Amino acid sequence: MSKALLYDATLCIGCKRCEEACAAQNQLPYNDTVAAEEKQSEHKFTIVMTKGDKFMRRLCMSCQDPTCASVCPVGALTKTPAGPVTYDANKCMGCRYCMIACPFSVPKYEWNKLAPKVRKCTMCANRIAAGKPTACAEICPTGATKFGDRDALIAEAQQRIRDNPGNYVNHIYGLTEVGGTSVLLLSSVPFGEFGYHDDLSQDPLPMLTYRVLSRIPDFVALGGVLLGGVWWITHRREEVAAAEGRGPKAVGERSDGRKQ
Amino acid sequence: MKIKFSFWKLLFLFLMATGLWATIIRYSEGLGASTHLNDQFPWGIWIGFDVLCGVMLAAGGFTLTAAVHIFNIRQMHSIVRPTVLTAFLGYLLVCVALMYDLGKPYNIWHPLIMRNPHSVMFEVAYCVMLYTAVLALEFSPIVLERFHLRKPLRVIRAILIPLVICGVILSTLHQSSLGSLYLITPEKLYPLWYSPLLPVFFFLSAIAVGLAMTIFESTMSAKYFSGQLELAILQELGRVLVVVLAVYGVLRFEDLFDRGALELSLQPGYETYLFWLEILLSLILPLILLLQRKVRTSAGGLYLSSVLVVLGFIANRMNVSITGFERSAGSHYFPKWTELSVTGAIIAGGFALFGLAVKYLPIFPQERRMVEPQIEGSAEPLTAAVLNHAGD
Repeated sequence: MSKALLYDATLCIGCKRCEEACAAQNQLPYNDTVAAEEKQSEHKFTIVMTKGDKFMRRLCMSCQDPTCASVCPVGALTKTPAGPVTYDANKCMGCRYCMIACPFSVPKYEWNKLAPKVRKCTMCANRIAAGKPTACAEICPTGATKFGDRDALIAEAQQRIRDNPGNYVNHIYGLTEVGGTSVLLLSSVPFGEFGYHDDLSQDPLPMLTYRVLSRIPDFVALGGVLLGGVWWITHRREEVAAAEGRGPKAVGERSDGRKQ
Repeated sequence: MKIKFSFWKLLFLFLMATGLWATIIRYSEGLGASTHLNDQFPWGIWIGFDVLCGVMLAAGGFTLTAAVHIFNIRQMHSIVRPTVLTAFLGYLLVCVALMYDLGKPYNIWHPLIMRNPHSVMFEVAYCVMLYTAVLALEFSPIVLERFHLRKPLRVIRAILIPLVICGVILSTLHQSSLGSLYLITPEKLYPLWYSPLLPVFFFLSAIAVGLAMTIFESTMSAKYFSGQLELAILQELGRVLVVVLAVYGVLRFEDLFDRGALELSLQPGYETYLFWLEILLSLILPLILLLQRKVRTSAGGLYLSSVLVVLGFIANRMNVSITGFERSAGSHYFPKWTELSVTGAIIAGGFALFGLAVKYLPIFPQERRMVEPQIEGSAEPLTAAVLNHAGD
């Protein structure tokens, strides 16, 4: 069963304890300066954004069919069956295509290190493997971030919107975006106000490149036969020409070469 | 002439010295200190120029080998060698640039054993590796000839046609895959450049640039190295170039119209200006020039048009990789001096290697005639036939 996180912005009080727990879990420094940063970075994997009395979290969406994992040439990023998208720094060669490709611009880079790693939230993969919820969900004092099975959380999110239609934008962000994500968001204000794209494709993005890549074997076979065929035809003309006593130069040169 | 030569020498030394300084910063302090790259702009000119344009400028290699060896257009034979040389050097320099840009360059071999065939970057990695190898083999006869190694020469000759076919297929895949890289970014790349046809555009424009580079190079080489300009061949190339540019242009604007992005090109703004600069240089000016017989048949006109095409498509690659991402990234990117000087040193290195190769290897027909006396003096003289035809 695939796990997921449901973040309900209407329950969030902006205490940022999820940020702190996330930093502790990932052994990153956390203090007032870091707390004030409203930008994901190589040392801050999740942020709570504030706009007046409205809040919104940002973390790795852990897509069902992750773009980052599909574009990584060495398979350093992996979608685990439990939900998290994990990263193996030993495989990574640092091409940063995941950063270009991620529709949510989540992966960040250790620009100032000599052996830089891609850094991002990995949905506490090791905690989930041990049967525990993510650090951010465990610490959340209001239940705004809730951990559970994806299907159950979707049903719950739908129920919350049905029960309180005036309280929510009628949209579960992450239900269908880029084919669905393991992080689901509910909000009372349009998601675009917090920088979430509301025009994302409903299909997984990896299909965009896979449609082209899957044709390569066909192309190679076809191209090889076609080019070989063109060569055969163009040089056949030459042989005929030589046999008829025309254009002896080209063929003559070749036979010279063979005599060597 | 002497003053000019020492000016180029000084420029070369200057570029190499600043390049070395930048290299030290890159490997001792990392990408953050040596580039203006950041989380909003993970790819800069080392990818946008050194890699994308480097590969594009090497396209003469597969265009000309296909024309001569597959389509049997014999009169272009004498310019195959300089274009294969350029392509080979181009790919070697792309590999050098990758060693600067990759965060962990010592892991560059990982795609060999860690495979993800769903990744365009994986395809790119294999194309770079395999095509560099094919280019080395296509180039090898020139070196083998120089040292009179006839046995390996015969082996290369025997596999030449399959080799050329492999080269053409790998190039086609590689040129187009650099466009495919950006298929995954529909919500980030500005609509004037994002298109499902990106791989087709990259491939077609690579052919145009391959032809333009061949004209450019032949003209430059005639001036500085060989002294003989094969104008008839260049006129032929100019005519083909017109057709390729026209096909590309029609497809490009059909696509803009179909996606409803054409109106964007009329909205005043940063992207629009750079879009029209690209179109002006890559399509409008060269087509106006080359469609005139007077221009198309003159060495100067062909040279000017080819320079415009090359600059225009460099603008295109920079627009796709940098301009088109600035709006979604919410920031502007301009390369740091270290990025520029590494690029400058790589270009200077390319020119120097080309000069050395032309000086010491039989690249141009005249050069081959010049080395002939030496060969005749050796124990087993090679015939002119082998010299002229062995494996290029």
